[in-house]
Amino acid sequence: MRTILIIIRKEFKQIFRNRMMLPIIFIAPIVEMLVLVYAATMEVKHIDLLVVDSDQSVYSRQLISKLAGLKMYHVSVIPVAGREADARLLGNKADAVLEIPPKFEQSLVRGLNPVLQLRLDAVNGMAAGIINGYTRRIVMDFQRKWQMNFTATDTHGKIMRISVVPRYWYNSELNYKHYMLPGILVILVTIMGMFLSAINLVREKEIGTIEQINVTPIRRYHFIPGKLIPFWIIALGELAFGLTIGWILFRVPVRGSLLLLFGFTSVYLLSVMGIGLFLATIARTQQQLMFMFFFFMLTFLLMSGLFTPVESMPAWAQMVNRINPFAYFMRVIRMILLKGSGFRDILPEFTSISVYAVIMFSLAVWRYRKTT
Amino acid sequence: MIHIRKVYKSFGEVNALSEVSLDIQDGELFVLIGPDGAGKTTLFRMLVTLLVPDYGSIEVNGLDVVENFRQLRTKMGYMPGTFSLYPDLTVEENLEFYASIFGTTIRKNYDLIRDIYKHIEPFKKRPAGKLSGGMKQKLALSCALIHRPEVLVLDEPTTGVDAASRKEFWIMLKKIQQEGMTIIASTAYMDEAVRGDRSGFLHQGKLLMADTPGKIREEYPYPMYSCRSENNYALLQAIRAESSTATALLFGKTIHYSPVKEDFPVEELMSGLEATGKYGRITCEKTKPELEDSFSYLSKGIERSETQSGMTE
Repeated sequence: MRTILIIIRKEFKQIFRNRMMLPIIFIAPIVEMLVLVYAATMEVKHIDLLVVDSDQSVYSRQLISKLAGLKMYHVSVIPVAGREADARLLGNKADAVLEIPPKFEQSLVRGLNPVLQLRLDAVNGMAAGIINGYTRRIVMDFQRKWQMNFTATDTHGKIMRISVVPRYWYNSELNYKHYMLPGILVILVTIMGMFLSAINLVREKEIGTIEQINVTPIRRYHFIPGKLIPFWIIALGELAFGLTIGWILFRVPVRGSLLLLFGFTSVYLLSVMGIGLFLATIARTQQQLMFMFFFFMLTFLLMSGLFTPVESMPAWAQMVNRINPFAYFMRVIRMILLKGSGFRDILPEFTSISVYAVIMFSLAVWRYRKTT
Repeated sequence: MIHIRKVYKSFGEVNALSEVSLDIQDGELFVLIGPDGAGKTTLFRMLVTLLVPDYGSIEVNGLDVVENFRQLRTKMGYMPGTFSLYPDLTVEENLEFYASIFGTTIRKNYDLIRDIYKHIEPFKKRPAGKLSGGMKQKLALSCALIHRPEVLVLDEPTTGVDAASRKEFWIMLKKIQQEGMTIIASTAYMDEAVRGDRSGFLHQGKLLMADTPGKIREEYPYPMYSCRSENNYALLQAIRAESSTATALLFGKTIHYSPVKEDFPVEELMSGLEATGKYGRITCEKTKPELEDSFSYLSKGIERSETQSGMTE
């Protein structure tokens, strides 16, 4: 125990003497939160819509002014279909082209069910879907009102409608920031716990200090905890720091128990540190380790449900996610912060990550013995 | 006592050490000489329990380096060939760290390291990475000594250090030896062979000889002459061209020359060469062989026997 404490003290000295360390710990989270939370958003806030109005009727003009009146839409109108519309779509000048064919109003009055065409730039499929949804709803809405006016005296009878009123639970304003922020925290905590601790271990190998350490009575069960505990503490501190910043800047809700969150994070950190330690036994230099990390970080992160829900991934991807510790943490941190889930709700994740931590750590320690 | 018994070690195809046997007495200062790649570091790494021999056994003060490696690690001090302390910790912090993991303090063993540490003490607040080569070496030695080991193992401690500091370093080692410590140090500099009580010569993984400097000199079978001229390099070529020559080596400003036969008329040969006028005045006098001559002879012997066996195959 005394030996572990000596190593921990030495590690903290070195960590805080490293000029890169304090910015990584304190500046990086703030920047990441500000940049990623604002920038990495799926919300569509700006739509360049080109309307090809070949009808030039009262109806078409009213529809256009309705669209143009919305903050989100930047509408420009041209009278004839043809190359220009395509060119604008191709040149990224327009996100979508709404085409109102000639004699649209006339056909509508005659009850001929005429068709409007919406062409979308679907390079970003998700955004295209959202633009389609918005535009469609506005057009339908407009159409219904217009029809009600038009058929007020008509005797065709009432249109039966069922209305569905959505209530958005846990995130009633559909605030994307509150969804993203816990995800960013996952990244931050993981980088601290997994990356920095592993790179620190490899550094001893790379600069040869491990050689001197190995001839001392320091044993594996002194050295590994002595190396990891400082980063475990720093990572938990990072979570606290990130939460505070998130609360100050974005009022991210903390509905569940913080104790539970920190408890889960502690175990989660052990599992990712196990991975880091394992990779550290393979890599000889910090550079080699970096390359391995790029691979693991990217794969695990993209699959973790940071941007896209895990549930909509194919079955095989969901299977792979069982060995992805990021995915567990991503789910749990959102459950606790946004939904206020309790221990019983996260018990399956808690069990999995505990088993994961034990397996990963045993594997890493076993390999560590073989390599030194 | 250090007992090294028929130790073999190979890395893949390369035989780093073959059949090395050596005994080192308590309190002895033993110098292991050998060119780069001779296997010095491999032998030392096995000695300090970092590497396991393929065959053979090593015992240090009655403890086996494989079986009892844990006990041994508290009794040995090791200074690796490359600087292996924390460059971002200060001189004092490094020393403190190593003292504390051995469960001791700087103060307790200060008398042991005083002579070495006093040179770097004025810089104790400086990060170890920013020290000069000589100071790094003194710090590394201090750290290896701070737990008062029974055996001190130094892998090429003087490599990359200037001549004056090298000399000073060996004097420091002599002083440490007086504390009753067994010291084994390696070097690639032939002239440092005389610094120890005994020297061993390691060549291509084989220990060719281990004895006192005096005995090693006696191993040399030929008469030895030290010759000077105004064009030593050309003279060396000329001497080597003679069939009567056993060896001729440049040795500082002189040529160490050995004819095969004891009664060879050296004067005659030299006056003949002098008469050509190519070398200016040549003077030769009989001298004792240096250790380097013996080592050179021994290593040539190995190469000779290898080429011979190669030819008969």
